[in-house]
Amino acid sequence: MSDRILGVIGVALAAFYIWQATLIQESFMSDPVGPKTFPIIIGVILGLSSIYFIIKPDPEPQWASVGRTMEVLFAAAVLFGYAYALPIGGFVLTTAITAMFLSWRLGAGPVQAAIAGATISVGIYVLFGVVLGLSLARGPWGF
Amino acid sequence: MDALSSLADGFAVALTFQNVLLALLGCFLGTIFGALPGLGPSNGVAILIPLAFTLGLPATPALILLTSVYYGAMYGGRISSILLNIPGDEPALMTTLDGYPMAQQGKAGEALALSGIASFVGSFFATWGLVFLAPQLVKVALLFGPAEYFALFTLAFATLGGIASRNQAKAAFSAALGVGIAMIGVDAQTGVPRFAFGEVHLYDGIDFLVAIVGLFAVSEVFIFLEHRGEEAHAEDASKLVNRVTAPLSMLRKTAGTMGRSTVLGFLAGVLPGAGASLGSFIAYSVEKRVSDRKGTFGKGDPRGVAAPEAGNNAAAGGALVPMLALGVPGSGTTAVLLAMLLALNITPGPLLFQSNPDVVWGLIAALFIGNIILLIMNIPLVSLFVRVLLVPPKYLMPAVAMIAFVGVYGISGSTFDLVVMVLFGLGGWLLRKLDVPLVPVILGVLLGGQMEVNLRRELTISNGDWSALVDSWLSITLWGLAIVGFILPIIVGSFFRTNVGKGRSRESDDPD
Repeated sequence: MSDRILGVIGVALAAFYIWQATLIQESFMSDPVGPKTFPIIIGVILGLSSIYFIIKPDPEPQWASVGRTMEVLFAAAVLFGYAYALPIGGFVLTTAITAMFLSWRLGAGPVQAAIAGATISVGIYVLFGVVLGLSLARGPWGF
Repeated sequence: MDALSSLADGFAVALTFQNVLLALLGCFLGTIFGALPGLGPSNGVAILIPLAFTLGLPATPALILLTSVYYGAMYGGRISSILLNIPGDEPALMTTLDGYPMAQQGKAGEALALSGIASFVGSFFATWGLVFLAPQLVKVALLFGPAEYFALFTLAFATLGGIASRNQAKAAFSAALGVGIAMIGVDAQTGVPRFAFGEVHLYDGIDFLVAIVGLFAVSEVFIFLEHRGEEAHAEDASKLVNRVTAPLSMLRKTAGTMGRSTVLGFLAGVLPGAGASLGSFIAYSVEKRVSDRKGTFGKGDPRGVAAPEAGNNAAAGGALVPMLALGVPGSGTTAVLLAMLLALNITPGPLLFQSNPDVVWGLIAALFIGNIILLIMNIPLVSLFVRVLLVPPKYLMPAVAMIAFVGVYGISGSTFDLVVMVLFGLGGWLLRKLDVPLVPVILGVLLGGQMEVNLRRELTISNGDWSALVDSWLSITLWGLAIVGFILPIIVGSFFRTNVGKGRSRESDDPD
């Protein structure tokens, strides 16, 4: 069933892709192939392989339980949040919080996770920021 | 001997203080990446690329660092195979079959020493193979025009799943996905934006480094979150190691095994898309057929440890041949290494040997140096790495994720890239669940643009005549190989699958 769903999504994606490809503006200077043809070929391959999934799906994969799936999605949300917070809050603080969260969700106790988060954040800051001179995000405090 | 004098120049490049230090660091990190279950060579290299890039390393040192990681991971995978019965990375899967039984019989030290020596033999001779074969391949590649390159890219995609591939439709799907992503951005030839939806960030296209780190490193974190609490415990591993030496008689007995496996592994590596897992698999199965007269394979036979280790290390060297000579990677990790080269504005292929010989030969010389470093690290100092195995994932994976973020943020300093990276991480996690291989996506993102450029160049030359794609014997051969390579796994794949289907060998797991 999962493969069939993938196939349906794939066909929709391929159709959308080909439709978008036909909308690409032609420019006055063009070559015999033009900017549309190759994307359309790719879209067709995408669509054909997706149709194959619908006709002949693989055995059902082992999906995670609902709880674990939520766990993954929530972690992704935290990482998105981290991406936005990084330039605002500075590297050390936001990284410590994110690493603490991940460590906690991977099974560390709250205190362990807090220590791990702080250690990872400061460790990376010292190693990459101070020793190797990489430009890390500067927050209001400059670190 | 042309190659030998070039190699001597290469040693002059590689033997600077900085480069030896980077080789040392790469070998060390690589062995750790290899040894830790869940992190493999392509993950390790993917995480380090943005870092090497933002640190501003020039091409040669950066490549030395990353290929040392690659070689190191091939050595390191065996440690957890032997001690824990969990392959540290996919190529080390076959080593569990005889390595773990040896450890259970109290011979963990012998198994580690023997597999270390086998790894050395495999990669040492494979590096020699690289020295002599790559320049020959370059001579052929110099005859390539755009039509031949287009056929070559098709060949790479068609054979990417390898001979043990499960579902060719999924490989095609993922390759199309990757090439499709590569189309995003301003078209280089006509200057019109494609698939950008008016988003300024998309005009530049999707940075392949962002895609790679997301697909490999971030999705690995999600996999760990999903499987929290299921990982095996490694507490007793350090007690298992007695003295790490192999008796001479054992080495003499396995010398033939190492020789055969090195040749087979190297050939498997040179084939596009096959990679080190196939190398170790073929080496083990052939060795079993040739020398398992008393039925001792699978019960702790030293030859069963030597064969896959020589095989996968030889394949790692072999996979570098098409990557350097043709610009078409032979495996997942070499695809990631290709990303490194492209990020540095170096186009691999025949011109690399002419215009940047110092990069190629410096790299090859560094591989020889790295091999000796790895032999020392992996036999006398192996207990150091055994201790690293004891670091639980709950501390390790957050650090890996944060380093991935630092690397990508360092390239552009843009939140947009980080968001795209997490999206790729989620996508990679989903695709892995659905058993869609990730390497074709990467290769598509990397090579899609090149592929289209070559197609359009050829058709511009031929004035729009599509038959120009098949009008030389070279391109017809390549098309033929591509078709055979795509169809063959459907016919013989079931045979390989029944043999290799033991343990965790999902196609989409961290590739080599």
